[in-house]
Amino acid sequence: MTLGLMAGLLFTPLAWAVLTLLVDFRKGRVVTWLGMAVQMLVSLGLWAVVASDGGFLYLLGGWQAPLGIELRVDGLAVTFVLLTAVVAAACGWHASIYLDPDKAWHRYFWPLFWFLWAGLNAVWLGGDLFNLYVGLELISLAAVGLVALGGQADALRAAIRYLMAALLGSLAYLLGVALIYGQFGTLSLAGVTALLNSAEVPAGLSFALVLMLLGLALKTALFPMHGWLPPAHGIAKSPVSALLSALVVKASFYIAARLWLDLGGHLGSYALAQLIGALGGIAVIWGSWLAFRQVKLKQVVAYSSVAQIGYLFLLFPLTWGVSDAISLQAQQGITLQVISHALAKAAMFLSAGNLIMSVGSNRVDALAGVSRFLPFSLFSFGLAGVSLMGLPPTGGFAAKWLLLQASLASGQWWWLGVLLAGGLLSAAYVFRVYQASFIDDTDIDHFFHPSRSLEVIPMILALLSLGLGLMAEPVLSVMSLPFEAGRGQ
Amino acid sequence: MTPSLLYAFAGVALCSIGLFGFVRIRHLLRKLMAFNLIGSGVFLLMVGLAQRGGQPDPVPQALVLTGIVVAIAATALAVVLIRRYYHLSGQTTLAEPRAKRAKPPAPTANREGSPE
Repeated sequence: MTLGLMAGLLFTPLAWAVLTLLVDFRKGRVVTWLGMAVQMLVSLGLWAVVASDGGFLYLLGGWQAPLGIELRVDGLAVTFVLLTAVVAAACGWHASIYLDPDKAWHRYFWPLFWFLWAGLNAVWLGGDLFNLYVGLELISLAAVGLVALGGQADALRAAIRYLMAALLGSLAYLLGVALIYGQFGTLSLAGVTALLNSAEVPAGLSFALVLMLLGLALKTALFPMHGWLPPAHGIAKSPVSALLSALVVKASFYIAARLWLDLGGHLGSYALAQLIGALGGIAVIWGSWLAFRQVKLKQVVAYSSVAQIGYLFLLFPLTWGVSDAISLQAQQGITLQVISHALAKAAMFLSAGNLIMSVGSNRVDALAGVSRFLPFSLFSFGLAGVSLMGLPPTGGFAAKWLLLQASLASGQWWWLGVLLAGGLLSAAYVFRVYQASFIDDTDIDHFFHPSRSLEVIPMILALLSLGLGLMAEPVLSVMSLPFEAGRGQ
Repeated sequence: MTPSLLYAFAGVALCSIGLFGFVRIRHLLRKLMAFNLIGSGVFLLMVGLAQRGGQPDPVPQALVLTGIVVAIAATALAVVLIRRYYHLSGQTTLAEPRAKRAKPPAPTANREGSPE
């Protein structure tokens, strides 16, 4: 049972990537629908298995660790696998209607989409540092290809800038991995942690951790290394932007978080934790402010991603040198923030795509009057915005509430300012879009009407993000399930 | 000072030169070569550092092989993108073209591939 599920999970995206490479857009779309259904069922099944029996280690092809690939299937990993399935399926479905099938190069969307999915699953499940690197690179290359799918010079410029940032980030990470391997002779994250616990830490090894975190922060677009993100996410097709903002940046953050939680206790320091937290805090405020100032609708959403990513980095100060209970609270808060941001931001980009399609312009002030013609998409946009602001009962609220408690309990009250200011500023940029769309004195009366399913998809995602606050308890209980080594052979 | 450590130091030197080039050079192809230089540095470091009692360690060699494949894929993608970008814009750097684009483009120019 488990074996079949794992095989399905890992095999489907790669197989479908190759299959869709062979056919044109319309056939690729049908093939992809099938694949998305399979992937969705398999992810749900795996989630259910882990929720009832606990996590396990999975050796790919039965090969032992240094030679084979060891996958760590724990509660957190399956939660993200399921999240990926939901968000990617929604984006894929949206893209199958949204993208123009008559443009020949759009057929390459499907293979890139599936390679991206394969890379994401590899990162969530990866248990050793080098395979994580390969997964990261697979994600980056597929994501860059998706950004370049726009075809014009602007899209290519954004794609090249993104590629350069991503490549530099990966190399910094790989250099850190080389240093760790040179010291310990193992690549398994668990193995390195065990060696760190048993022996005393050699001086200078913190440099390896700093290098890896630096590379990953560049790929996650932490302030001040966020310059590549808004052009890339802003210019890509809307379903692509949704995938990139919701999932791709989370992959590098996920690795950084796991490195920090496993190695940070020995190799990190209070100053490093506070520095990363401070950069995250500045990202929240600066990103929200820039989002408020943008002229183009999708740039607003893209800068909002910079801000929301900033919250994630509060994990670093809130888990360093605090009691286990506070650390767990912070981890749960961050996990909820990852999930709710993924759902809300995907909803926001998809509905922004509908709005842009409808008015035929990507400027915020062009939205005047759209509230009468496209209330459904605008409502999804707003619901997602409510989650980003962190109002109850959304997932964003639950996440920020946990973070608030963790920062108070650990005596780091200064993060409260970030949480409050971030919420207020996100309200400002969401309401600015609303204000523009409710202006009624417009002469324009030729709005294009997107098809009904294009409008339903962001609504589903926004409702999920809204409901996450109510379902937080079961989600969190699976996420923190104990890890049971040795099963699933 | 063993010969393998010499490789590691050479790797560090390559990394630094590459990083300098990557940050300073604006021309995209040369930037890409700088990236490849950093990559080679990292691979040298990986093989040079991991020595177990004079015996070469096979694992990092396998890793470097994978790393080279990844680097080739990335380089190929970058070259295709740069070439296409050059054909479309006539530029070899990422600098935003000024003046021409500063004005808001025609309303239809920005439609995102929407069905007409």
